[in-house]
Amino acid sequence: MNHSESGGGIVTSKQAILERVRACSVPQVQAERSPAEAMSVDIDRFCQMLTDYRALVHRCHAHEAPSIIGRLSESKRLVTPQDFPSEFIPEAAAVVRDAYLSTRELDQIDTALTLCAVGIEETGTIVLDAGPGQGRRAISLIPDHHICIVRADQVVHSVAEAVAKLNESARAGDPLTWISGPSATSDIELVRVEGVHGPRKLEVIVVE
Amino acid sequence: MSGGGIRPQRSFSEAARQELKNRQLRDNLGFATGTIRAKRLNAVSEVGDWEEVRTHGAAIKDEALSHLEENLILLESKVEEAGGRVHWAKDADEAVEIIAGLIEENGAKACVKIKSITTDEIELNDGLADRGISAIETDLAELICQLADDSPSHILVPAIHKNRSEIKALFEEKLGESLDTDDPAILAEAARRYLRGKFLTSGVAVSGANFAVAETGTVCIVESEGNGRMCLTLPKVFISVMGIEKVLPRWQDIATFMTLLPRSSTAERMNPYTSMWTGVTPGDGPEEFHLVLLDNGRTSVLADPIGRQTLRCIRCSACLNVCPVYERVGGHAYGSVYPGPIGAILTPQLLNLEHRQANTLPYASTLCGACYEVCPVKINIPEVLVHLRGKTEKGGAEQLTFSAVAKVMQRPKLFSQAIKKAKFGKRLAELLHLSKGWTESRDLPDIPDESFREWWRNRDK
Ligand code: SF4
Repeated sequence: MNHSESGGGIVTSKQAILERVRACSVPQVQAERSPAEAMSVDIDRFCQMLTDYRALVHRCHAHEAPSIIGRLSESKRLVTPQDFPSEFIPEAAAVVRDAYLSTRELDQIDTALTLCAVGIEETGTIVLDAGPGQGRRAISLIPDHHICIVRADQVVHSVAEAVAKLNESARAGDPLTWISGPSATSDIELVRVEGVHGPRKLEVIVVE
Repeated sequence: MSGGGIRPQRSFSEAARQELKNRQLRDNLGFATGTIRAKRLNAVSEVGDWEEVRTHGAAIKDEALSHLEENLILLESKVEEAGGRVHWAKDADEAVEIIAGLIEENGAKACVKIKSITTDEIELNDGLADRGISAIETDLAELICQLADDSPSHILVPAIHKNRSEIKALFEEKLGESLDTDDPAILAEAARRYLRGKFLTSGVAVSGANFAVAETGTVCIVESEGNGRMCLTLPKVFISVMGIEKVLPRWQDIATFMTLLPRSSTAERMNPYTSMWTGVTPGDGPEEFHLVLLDNGRTSVLADPIGRQTLRCIRCSACLNVCPVYERVGGHAYGSVYPGPIGAILTPQLLNLEHRQANTLPYASTLCGACYEVCPVKINIPEVLVHLRGKTEKGGAEQLTFSAVAKVMQRPKLFSQAIKKAKFGKRLAELLHLSKGWTESRDLPDIPDESFREWWRNRDK
């Protein structure tokens, strides 16, 4: 399927394409790259950017997190990754630990509770990289409500710093999900509508 | 029908004349482009060193293109190390063949799709339909176009030519929904209900890709609605088709493009969702990942030293939104899945300047330069337009005419002789007539009986 006859033998499409690329003899150039500059972080601004894109933001100390989560999840069903830290889980909550729940089962759960890898101040973005407390991608996607905990020390100023911080995960091949506000569309007359397929409600708890 | 390919069936001027009659389209489009233009200015002004980021983006793309072979080979090996499979497609037919084959191998009769102009370029939906496979578009706008059997008219807001009452009627007819109002939120909710069932049951998903990083094998999709995440996470098999020009050399390069793309395209600081993945991750997402690397004319673009900057394009659509021609004639006039200024240079080049109708596209411009100013990767679109006019048949005549005019004008004696004898005027008219693209929209002035010089000399007499 991927081959074609040509003169002396069978040439694969890969060879044919690369041959054509080579024949273009594009003069080689190199882009100059400088390492991402570490800049000071303004948590107030991070929260402002999150709010701008209609995420709901709650700021607290670590020990206050469980009661906030309890209030936000309205004691409905909560799913967390297997390794989600217990200290954040409210006592009376109906928590399901994800042990390869089927998609249909996840679809029956109201709220997903996860940690994240990085927060980006300048864009109000949180990034999940499947690291500790973040679980597989389906968890933060299928329930209609996502609560994400960000530690203040995980927040960086710029996109460039975030990409640098995610270097190891990228090299390890971990799946990354960048989230900036709840899902949205402006496809109908450019009117913004929140929540088409992803969680319609995104709440970010910033723990200081 | 949705899909469309890149071969225009009419010349641009013919198509434009017809499209200009559609007032609804023009109103919707004028509103959309105006709104996005204003928003974009805001989003861009927040980045203090925007010009530097643009320059850097262009430089990274130039580097990537100048080392294309090694980048593609590295990308392939990184994706395969991580359990993915890479396929190479010389043209649209081969890409469709590969994708259809993969879907059939899995015994599937349908797949879900993430909006992608590349899959429209190769007319994937039609190709799959020919083999009895249905492709379900999951982007709201693409779904609207698909249900309406209509082709997208804007890269970013493909259904911008449809208003809410038309969409309500469409959903009622095609999805069997009875909807109370045409409130966009109600319409989006109807699409959510319809598509959730599809996501939960589909075995195969197909997408394009925004970027792929050679050194890590990471593939990246930028989106808003979450349909991309659904397609990427739930079906067992995931297939992405990507133009070979989309490869970036380094992981860190993602930072530059995640700054340039959302602000230029949806005019946001960041789009709601971006997914990046490498091969497959056991227990998380699809069990199979296939990356189809597509040429389909890109290497002919690469061969042209002036034209090759076109391959820097990240499909942000900023150039569409500032183009006075696009704003009036709309996307359909370009007869290709690539409309607007980028379409005017990309479409004819992908067809190696061998397609008569496509070769009229470089004339779809006033050369005002607004596209160049906004382009996040600094593609000098006017330069490429003029270059392509020169290289195409019609342009040949235009160039010939102007060089003849220039020669005569540089020699005053010859010039006044020519005018006097009125022969030159006639010849000029004939020559200009050859380059019809130029005169079609301009009136050729009558050759005056008395030349300006004569009049000047005679005025006091
Ligand atoms: S040519 Fe430039 S402005 Fe136009 S779509 Fe491509 S990247 Fe965007």
